[in-house]
Amino acid sequence: MALEDYGASFVMCPACSRRTTPQNWRAHLQVCPSCGAHQPISAPERLASVLDAGSFVELGEHIEGSNPLDFPGYDEKLSDLRRKTGLQDAVITGLGMIDGVKVVIGVMDSRFMMGSMGTAVGERVTLAVEYARHSGLPLVLFCASGGARMQEGIFSLMQMAKTSAAIADFSADGGLYISVLTHPTTGGMIASFASLGDITIAEPGALIGFAGPRVIEQTIGQRLPEGFQRSEFQQDHGFVDQIVQRGRMRETLSQLLRLHGYGVMHG
Amino acid sequence: MIREMLSQLDEIDAMLGVTKGEERRTLMERREELLIRCANLTAEQKVFLARHPRRPKIDAYIHELFTDFFEQKGDRQSREDPSVLGGIALLHGEPVTIIGHRKGTDLNENVAYNFGMPGAEGYRKAQRLMRQAEKFGRPVITFIDTPGAYPGMEAEEHGVGEAIAQCLALMSRLTVPTIAVVTGEGGSGGALALGVADRVLMLENAYYAVLTPEGFASILWKDASRRGEACEVMKLTAQDLHAYGVIDELITEPIGGAQRKPQAVFSALDEAIARHLAELKTMDIQTLRQTRYERFRQIGQ
Repeated sequence: MALEDYGASFVMCPACSRRTTPQNWRAHLQVCPSCGAHQPISAPERLASVLDAGSFVELGEHIEGSNPLDFPGYDEKLSDLRRKTGLQDAVITGLGMIDGVKVVIGVMDSRFMMGSMGTAVGERVTLAVEYARHSGLPLVLFCASGGARMQEGIFSLMQMAKTSAAIADFSADGGLYISVLTHPTTGGMIASFASLGDITIAEPGALIGFAGPRVIEQTIGQRLPEGFQRSEFQQDHGFVDQIVQRGRMRETLSQLLRLHGYGVMHG
Repeated sequence: MIREMLSQLDEIDAMLGVTKGEERRTLMERREELLIRCANLTAEQKVFLARHPRRPKIDAYIHELFTDFFEQKGDRQSREDPSVLGGIALLHGEPVTIIGHRKGTDLNENVAYNFGMPGAEGYRKAQRLMRQAEKFGRPVITFIDTPGAYPGMEAEEHGVGEAIAQCLALMSRLTVPTIAVVTGEGGSGGALALGVADRVLMLENAYYAVLTPEGFASILWKDASRRGEACEVMKLTAQDLHAYGVIDELITEPIGGAQRKPQAVFSALDEAIARHLAELKTMDIQTLRQTRYERFRQIGQ
């Protein structure tokens, strides 16, 4: 996590430098209690923050990444990260309830190789989308990804086609897909399923764009203006429906589900 | 090194016409040696050929494989992006929609076409043309040759990522047969945006990868100069990708690259496109779409 620990008892906000306890940070879902800066949140914490307690059932947990190109050192890197994070790869997918409404949900975790999309992420997300399609459930995906997983090369690139095709079919069948863009949503992520939501929500201050800021600066030979490619910029340019604070995410999702007729009592 | 071999080959080819006897025999032997070396290229040397300035570009393919080309410009929203070329033409008398990256054939054109690096408008033009192809039941043939989408401010402001994503979603459900040909550089999502096709063909010395080798080395090792190493580990050659099932057919090039004898490539590609199109046209729309979905679904399963 980007937060700097001071002893065991205090955490400093990287944005405003004010300190508070780790407990307080957690209680605020990794949002600075002083300035409101949104810091990365782990996938399990995220799931707990939006789903009804105890409602989550994981799908696709049997899917593990592999090393399709036999990339040197990649296997070791994967097993090391699995040990450190307790995750199999950069996404957790499953079923859960939001205010009693059943949804298919996928949550990415940027601690795992910057949330990059290799075959495990592509496969899990595709399975989740297909599950939502066949069961008629709404789909919520929280994106947090730097894009393609370089170590999986062309296989990583092809996951963009695979996940987008799954979303396209789901959408054609009338399924509701809410895409939540969190920091960062860049590269192959914004150029595939992250951009294909019926509703697109962003967390405040998230970096959202195709090319990375450093690549753009090198290409054009000048510094980018403050706020370039951030959530607010994307909203101004028409690519985001609304920016929603993390603390209000659960109620916003619940509202959207009800607005689409889910969880409404009939007759 | 490949550069020197190719220029020596060109010199010898030019001299063969004006030499005789012993001198000619020596040249022929030297030529044989060079050809053998050119027939066994490293991945980095193939990337060099994929970017060769004289390599046939989309304009040449349109001219040689199709007739009656009518160019269609603009995305109907804000701009004409000439780094994507598109239009209608006849392929063996049958109307098709052609869409592809345009790099240009000389420096002036390179600059005018932004070296084949589209912005959002190029991909939105591609979407417009695909929808129209669907409306009129025309097969779509795409030509892929780009280092990637343009990493500039305007491209970001106009949502190039979103435009690529929409291309992927749209192509995956088109109700007409689609064939993509990777002719030169297949760089990143900007290439894939035209690549979600029923059949993906690839020229022998083209490359297709998650990123340019330079970009890859720069992201992974913070050192773009390790390009050669990147070329090897990325498995970006047509042979690699054919073995992985990412592409359906490899189109053989003349030894030393397509630029040496373009006609050979044109006729091989013409034959392959016609053959695949004939196969695809026997499928009903449901089967066509389902097979296309499965084609990409099984990659990395």
